[in-house]
Amino acid sequence: MPTFIRLHDRVFSLAEDPFTAVGDEDTIPPGDVIISLTRFQAEGEGLLSEGHSVGVRLESHEDVEALAYDLPQIAVVALAFPKFGDGRAYTSARLLRERLGYKGEVRAVGDVLREQAGFMVRCGFDAFEPADGSTVEVWEAAAHRFRHAYQRSDDGRPAAYAERGE
Amino acid sequence: MYRYDAIDKEFLADRSAEFRGQVVRRLAGELNEEQFKPLRLRNGLYLQLHAYMLRIAIPYGAVNPTQLRKLAWISRTYDKGYGHFTTRTNLQLHWIKLADAPDILEHLAQVDMHALQTSGNCIRNVSADPYAGATAEEIDDPRVWAEAIRQWSSLHPEFSWLPRKFKIAVTASPKDRTAAKTHDIGLHLKRARDGSLGFEVMVGGGLGRMPYIAPTVRQFLPAPRLLSYLEAILRVYNRHGRRDNIHKARIKVLVAALGRDEFASQVEAEWEKSGTASDLPDTELARIRGAFAPKVFETLPTVSEALEAARAKTPAFARFARNNLKPHKVAGYTIVEVSLKAIGATPGDASAEQMEVVADLAERYGQDDIRVTHEQNLVLPHVKLDDAPAVWAALNAAGLATPNMNLVSDIIACPGLDYCALANARAISVAQNIAQKFADPDLAEKVGELKVKISGCINACGHHHVGHIGILGVDKKGEEFYQLTLGGSGAEDAAVGTALGPALPYNRVAEAVDTLVETYLRERHDGERFLDTFRRTGVAPFKEAVYADVH
Repeated sequence: MPTFIRLHDRVFSLAEDPFTAVGDEDTIPPGDVIISLTRFQAEGEGLLSEGHSVGVRLESHEDVEALAYDLPQIAVVALAFPKFGDGRAYTSARLLRERLGYKGEVRAVGDVLREQAGFMVRCGFDAFEPADGSTVEVWEAAAHRFRHAYQRSDDGRPAAYAERGE
Repeated sequence: MYRYDAIDKEFLADRSAEFRGQVVRRLAGELNEEQFKPLRLRNGLYLQLHAYMLRIAIPYGAVNPTQLRKLAWISRTYDKGYGHFTTRTNLQLHWIKLADAPDILEHLAQVDMHALQTSGNCIRNVSADPYAGATAEEIDDPRVWAEAIRQWSSLHPEFSWLPRKFKIAVTASPKDRTAAKTHDIGLHLKRARDGSLGFEVMVGGGLGRMPYIAPTVRQFLPAPRLLSYLEAILRVYNRHGRRDNIHKARIKVLVAALGRDEFASQVEAEWEKSGTASDLPDTELARIRGAFAPKVFETLPTVSEALEAARAKTPAFARFARNNLKPHKVAGYTIVEVSLKAIGATPGDASAEQMEVVADLAERYGQDDIRVTHEQNLVLPHVKLDDAPAVWAALNAAGLATPNMNLVSDIIACPGLDYCALANARAISVAQNIAQKFADPDLAEKVGELKVKISGCINACGHHHVGHIGILGVDKKGEEFYQLTLGGSGAEDAAVGTALGPALPYNRVAEAVDTLVETYLRERHDGERFLDTFRRTGVAPFKEAVYADVH
């Protein structure tokens, strides 16, 4: 089974991936699947009623608000990085966590490099599929590279101004 | 001046360690150049024509003597003994070895400096009025807000991978010395009728291939809400800015495509939804404000006898005083403009020795304060009038007292084809030729305020669009040609210049500027600057004069 890096209770670990990423033209296999927004909008209800656990992959140009009313049923939102410099998914992740109150898994997929780890964690991602061969140790070190952050964020760490106020 | 605390210092140390690791991976071949490029750019490291260039951040242009001496030492130790101050108030070193870069960043971190986000598609070094804390014109000290923006924009979790670079300027005076309206966001501090502090927010200015003057999207933003409002702007941009075409990716294209009103309403809607969570607590604003508490000034007479005596005795000092000493908010003090535009020199360049002279003067006479201006000069913002003659003498001995502030030889020029891989044409030597034409300081003073800005390519790093006379280098079948524009301004009366006519070959540019100036002197009414005359007469008389021999 393929693996991914999971962040839970501030601990990174390697986890087996129960989800299969399924293309729009592929047949739905048994078990848990991650499908595109288009496919979810067409087939999501059916798949859920058949007992599949369903995740949705959002491309970076797709608005996360399109999922707003379905989020309670969605196990994973996979946010795609077509290139590692495409930063739209950071906004999508924050909106999922802060505005839409999403509690499920937010996974980074695509061109995912360790240099993004800190930004991702702080925007509320909690699952990662590194494309640069990063091990859990490397990923964790990258995510914790900075002892301080100047901004508030979604990983529970205090911002510099809050640290100063203590 | 803001002093780094333990948190700021540890942040820089971590950044420095991260970059060292990335350089090791690059040198070991674990990262290829394509992967390494965006990483090194975020640390200010460019690959140029001859070598790596390191762009060191000078946040809002403020630097202290210890820092300036360190910059001098670095330029002497790792470069060729000089550096280039840029229009973003950064310092560029043009001859750096990749393997030295991590050591340089570590040396910088020792004096609370860095090269963070001086390049890349992120929020760049924030700029502010170089007269902050010294001019009587200002409503509030813009450095307080610029420092808040510096911290907020450093490795912002959501806005570090934008469609394109993003520049913010803060000004607080009616006279705009930051070119705020040519920025992605220009912030102009204002007071409401009830006395409360706020910002006029201008968004979507920019130069480059498509010049825009930023429209105002909000007349008055309550100051404490600054960061949440900036986040709303950045969020709309991060989501909707174009990423398919690098030349259409700046926020100015989004603002122009949506129209100011639609863009503003999207920002307002986003801002309402996000609430106040991102605003800085008042305690933190107060802490930052404390770092910029007014200096202790002596009670001095308005007129300095020492200065008046020197003015009477030394004509060269009198000329310097007329052009380079600016009014200070406190009686008996002055703002000293240090010219990095000596006739025949490279605009914005300073040798290590010159940096040390300025550092010494700031320590001895200038309350340890030095500023870099976007017009590529330095400023000693707090000098006693009594000390001005001594400061002038030391500057003069170091070649830093050219009395040409805002005059025709105070030229902005990009590095151009002499250094830059993007350039089509030389910019520095064009600037030198023009300065030589007006080397006679009497003539230059007679001409008065005239802003010449030169870019070696369409990317417009020399801000040619907003020059009173703008000069753009283009390549025509392998030869350098120059397009002239007139009537631009980057100040409070911002405008994009109008094309004069067909491009001119290299050897005709300085002569053409001379002709333009003669035309202005002939046409001007009393008290008119070049810009005013041009705006009154239009391009016709200038065009006729420059192209007369072609007809």
